[in-house]
Amino acid sequence: MIENAGRSLWLDAWIRLKANRAAIVSAVWLAFIGLICLIGPSFTNHEFTTQYSSYVRVPPSFDAYPKADKLDQEIKEIVARAHLTLKEWKEKDGRFFVTVTAPKPIDDRVTRYLDRSDSFKDGKVETKSADGMEMTMSAAVQKLYFYFGTDTSGRDLLTRTLMAGRVSLMVGLLAGFVAVFIGVIYGATSGFIGGKTDEIMMRIVDILYALPFTFFVIMLVVFFGRNFMLMFIAIGAVLWLDMSRIVRGQTLSLKRQEFVQAAEALGVSNMGILFRHIIPNMLGPIIIYVTLLVPQVIILESFLSYLGLGVQEPSSSWGVQISQGSRNMEGAAWLLIIPSFFLTSTLFALNFIGDGLRDALDPKDR
Amino acid sequence: MLRYVLKRLLVAIPTLFVIITISFFLMHIAPGGPFNMEKGIPPEIKANIERVFHLDEPVLSQYLRYLNNLIHGDLGPSYVILNFSVAELFAKSLPVSLWIGSLAMLFSLVAGCAMGVVAALRHNGLIDYIVVTLATAGSTIPTFVTAPLIQLVFGLTFHWIWIGGWHEGALAALIGPVITLALPQLATVARLMRGAMIEALHTNHIRTAKAMGLSDYSIVIRHAMRGALLPIASYAGPAAAGLLTGSIIVESIFQIPGIGRSFIDGALNRDYTMVMGTVIIIAVFTIVFNLVSDILYAVIDPRVRYD
Amino acid sequence: MFKSLLTSAALFALMSSTAFADSVWNRGANGDVQSLDPHKTSTVEEANILRDLFMGLITEDTEGNAQPGAAESWTVSPDGKVYTFKLNQKDVWSDGSPVTAKDFVFAWRRVLDPKTASEYASMAFPVLNAEAINGGKAKPEDLGVKAIDDYTLEVTLKGPTPYFLEMLTHQAMYPVSEANLKKFGDDFIKAGNMVSNGAFVLAENVPNDHIKLVKNPKFIDAANVKLDVVNYIPTEDRAAGIKRYQAGEVDSMNDFPTEQLADLKAKFGDQIHVTPELGTYYYVFKTKKAPWDNPKLRNAISMVIDRDQLATKVWQGSMLPAYSIVPPGSKGYTPSMMSYADMPQLDREDAAKKVFDELNISPAHPQKLEIRYNTSENHKNTAVAIQEMLKPFGFDVSLINTDGKTHYSYLEQKGDFDLARAGWIADFKDPVTFLNLGHTGDGNNYADYSNKDFDALLDKAAVEPDSAVRMKELSDAEAIYMKDIGILPLLYYGNHNVVSPKLHGFVDNVMDKHPSRFVSKD
Repeated sequence: MIENAGRSLWLDAWIRLKANRAAIVSAVWLAFIGLICLIGPSFTNHEFTTQYSSYVRVPPSFDAYPKADKLDQEIKEIVARAHLTLKEWKEKDGRFFVTVTAPKPIDDRVTRYLDRSDSFKDGKVETKSADGMEMTMSAAVQKLYFYFGTDTSGRDLLTRTLMAGRVSLMVGLLAGFVAVFIGVIYGATSGFIGGKTDEIMMRIVDILYALPFTFFVIMLVVFFGRNFMLMFIAIGAVLWLDMSRIVRGQTLSLKRQEFVQAAEALGVSNMGILFRHIIPNMLGPIIIYVTLLVPQVIILESFLSYLGLGVQEPSSSWGVQISQGSRNMEGAAWLLIIPSFFLTSTLFALNFIGDGLRDALDPKDR
Repeated sequence: MLRYVLKRLLVAIPTLFVIITISFFLMHIAPGGPFNMEKGIPPEIKANIERVFHLDEPVLSQYLRYLNNLIHGDLGPSYVILNFSVAELFAKSLPVSLWIGSLAMLFSLVAGCAMGVVAALRHNGLIDYIVVTLATAGSTIPTFVTAPLIQLVFGLTFHWIWIGGWHEGALAALIGPVITLALPQLATVARLMRGAMIEALHTNHIRTAKAMGLSDYSIVIRHAMRGALLPIASYAGPAAAGLLTGSIIVESIFQIPGIGRSFIDGALNRDYTMVMGTVIIIAVFTIVFNLVSDILYAVIDPRVRYD
Repeated sequence: MFKSLLTSAALFALMSSTAFADSVWNRGANGDVQSLDPHKTSTVEEANILRDLFMGLITEDTEGNAQPGAAESWTVSPDGKVYTFKLNQKDVWSDGSPVTAKDFVFAWRRVLDPKTASEYASMAFPVLNAEAINGGKAKPEDLGVKAIDDYTLEVTLKGPTPYFLEMLTHQAMYPVSEANLKKFGDDFIKAGNMVSNGAFVLAENVPNDHIKLVKNPKFIDAANVKLDVVNYIPTEDRAAGIKRYQAGEVDSMNDFPTEQLADLKAKFGDQIHVTPELGTYYYVFKTKKAPWDNPKLRNAISMVIDRDQLATKVWQGSMLPAYSIVPPGSKGYTPSMMSYADMPQLDREDAAKKVFDELNISPAHPQKLEIRYNTSENHKNTAVAIQEMLKPFGFDVSLINTDGKTHYSYLEQKGDFDLARAGWIADFKDPVTFLNLGHTGDGNNYADYSNKDFDALLDKAAVEPDSAVRMKELSDAEAIYMKDIGILPLLYYGNHNVVSPKLHGFVDNVMDKHPSRFVSKD
């Protein structure tokens, strides 16, 4: 019995949490997302900045690019860029043989146009006519895989989505924790002390609330330059307002409950009551709010990037990708669906974890 | 209670003053002015323009001039929409935003609370999961995705609604923006309601009520709801202020002539008077709704008293 | 039930907007207007509306070419300094009173009055004493404009200005009714107050929603105006705009999301109009700052930027590769291209590589380069593409994206940068509007470029009465400009219009001017 009281809250909570399947699945999923975002980009064989100009906005596919039916057009484009005339092209043993003509002798360097194209590699001169005005060159097909397709600049969407995930997760967690930390301390203090202090503290919140957010952020960009991590710490420092109001409301109501009054009567210090009785009793609402806040921050970040105030190219975030995808939803739906899936599933997982924690931590349910 | 309300309203005046002062100076620190265009203007012409709008004066005297005009009820001319004064623009755009905002708020409160209560009563049941899933989806999908989707499906495919424009508030023009605006709020309300309701259903007095054999209906409405409404009241105040004063993205995608749109245009165009006017309106709404939310608090929970 | 309610509401709304007038052009516009006062406007959207509301001495035909408007004829003195316009006596204001030479005198004095604070007062600067009046150094009465009688207007210029007639098509040079302005003051621009002499009159102006114009029965050529109503509908969100077009809510749009061009072409076919426009999308180097003060380096960077890729991939063919600052399309002018305009891209890169080697720039010794651009999806894609093109040559490129106001105030105030984006769309059809971007001390010379020979040629051309000689001088000036890369042209703008097959008389042109008076709708 005594032993039980000592470990009760947290160990009990852990046992309950383990029993909540949705929460556990979510935690695994979140860990998985976090892991692939962290290490995935090293294994995709694409840099997140590389632009494949031959493959702009290509759909997701498990087959390698280039697709056979596009090669004719590709070769024609290459020859046109080299200011040559195409005589014929054929494929043999996996190599492509292109015969071109020109009104003046052809420079051997033109094979580089083949190499330059994203579809070919290892271009070389095969034969050349005596006057140099007709030449056959050959090249091997360069196989590239875009499992998630490419974006409007021809960059691999898989790599970019994972890189964007790093940014989104970091931004969400960072700003979320800053907001909760300030909000809880501030709200609980205000509600607990009450009276004049409460009033002044809440008036300050009112003032901050009413300050126009967009403008505030433009200011932050001016002050902090383009250090967006700093900016999001600052944004977290703005978002604590809701949290503080919720916490204050709960504190006002808790403060009048029997167990708090009993503790007061027993002479427990104010700080003691605040941290031992009031804040732990509010963990439920706080956790729910965090699970709402992190998504909010992530979405907010995309809104700012939409206005050009957030993450700067070539970096990206899920929010930025989704806002770009929403402009392309008719012609290139994958640009919207893939990052949306990552964002939404992450946020879902966060929510389920939040719910699981809430159920597990709820002291009244024992 | 009345004294309390009066006192809060009295405090609102210095609050507003502080907000106006902070925003005014912050705004003037921002780089660029209303007359920086893609095509540069010759310096003499720019000097003329700045003189006409008093932008050549020191910021402090511009500030005093603004305050003075404000006391006389003049929000000034818009620097960007030269056809109109800020007050005239608000006379057209505020009712639009208010109408859309209150419809969205009403919809999200009613539907959100209902969903939350049902989910809590069937805690861990199928309905609960559906509500949680919907609510999570609602709060995770950004409005700039839902808005074009609604346009695509209901406007382009079914031709039920206008894709854009206000059309004197026709029903077909309202539906898109109202739903888009309401969805995230609805989701939040449902989640908050569900959480608070589950908690309320576990409290001792509800258990007692159950033991005493009161009907489910009366337990929910008379007892549990009361406690559960607290977080909603906290949340709804500021949310309402935000909704009523317009949403930037929704208004610009649906091309609704509300004040959210003029605010973002104002901020990006450095339309100083327009932004100040919007700041004041947002501030007034926020103050009023926070007050309303606090009063509701006292009404719902008699243990909270204001003296 | 709900569905049918919605359907009937939508149908009713659709019907009610078309039931009252038989011929309505719902014209999608890129943005809302700032003003309808011809003397206070600056944007393309405003110019489009004002072109329907007012008519200057010279006006545009369907193709945007100058043709007689309020003036039926004119004579020019042999020294090219004095223009005498005979006004068309049939031209009346929408209240029935005649448009007189006095209205023009009044209007032009007003546009130059410092108190009017007109952004485009510079359009009147060729007129004698105009600049002094605008600067507060002369009285409005000193302006070189005289009403000889009610229908004769004499204009004295400060020097021969070959493009003066072109400038008269600009809205800043439109007449306003003196009587109307005296009556309403600055409120004359409100619907119900405004009196105008164009094909249409103002009926409604709801900011951010629509501007409604109705046919002006007193218009000089009213018999040939086929539309009854033109609604200008601002749609900043291009993606939403194209959906509205598809649903038939607007009949035309003057822009669309270019990244969707291929899909749009597949869907709308020849309703998509992409034609060359008189405008250039360019970057500027800070030419006073090392190492960008070296024209060789600037040229080498210019060479490695693959403009074909920018045009066809980034802009999906909605823009054209540019090798000169003046786009083709000005009558009598041949743009001077960069010397490597016809060189294959690989040869350009080899040539540039030599320069980089000389300057010891390589991936092992990278040179930092910062590109500034204003917020826009396409500007971003362009900058990102250029970043990738420069990377293999040893440039460590970073991008700075700011909102438009910050961007232009930064450029204007000579902020520190390496490379920055800007664009120029011609106000009138003359190469000089582009070349002035490089004139020493010009407000738009963000590059801080300065070359005595270039300035001298421009100044000479400014007073050259012979058109052919003048064009040659301007072309020579451009050759210097391009040799120095005093500016870095990347692309020529293209018009992006989506036009319903129901509309007739919408003619593509390099100025992208489409007066509603020539358009009809089935």
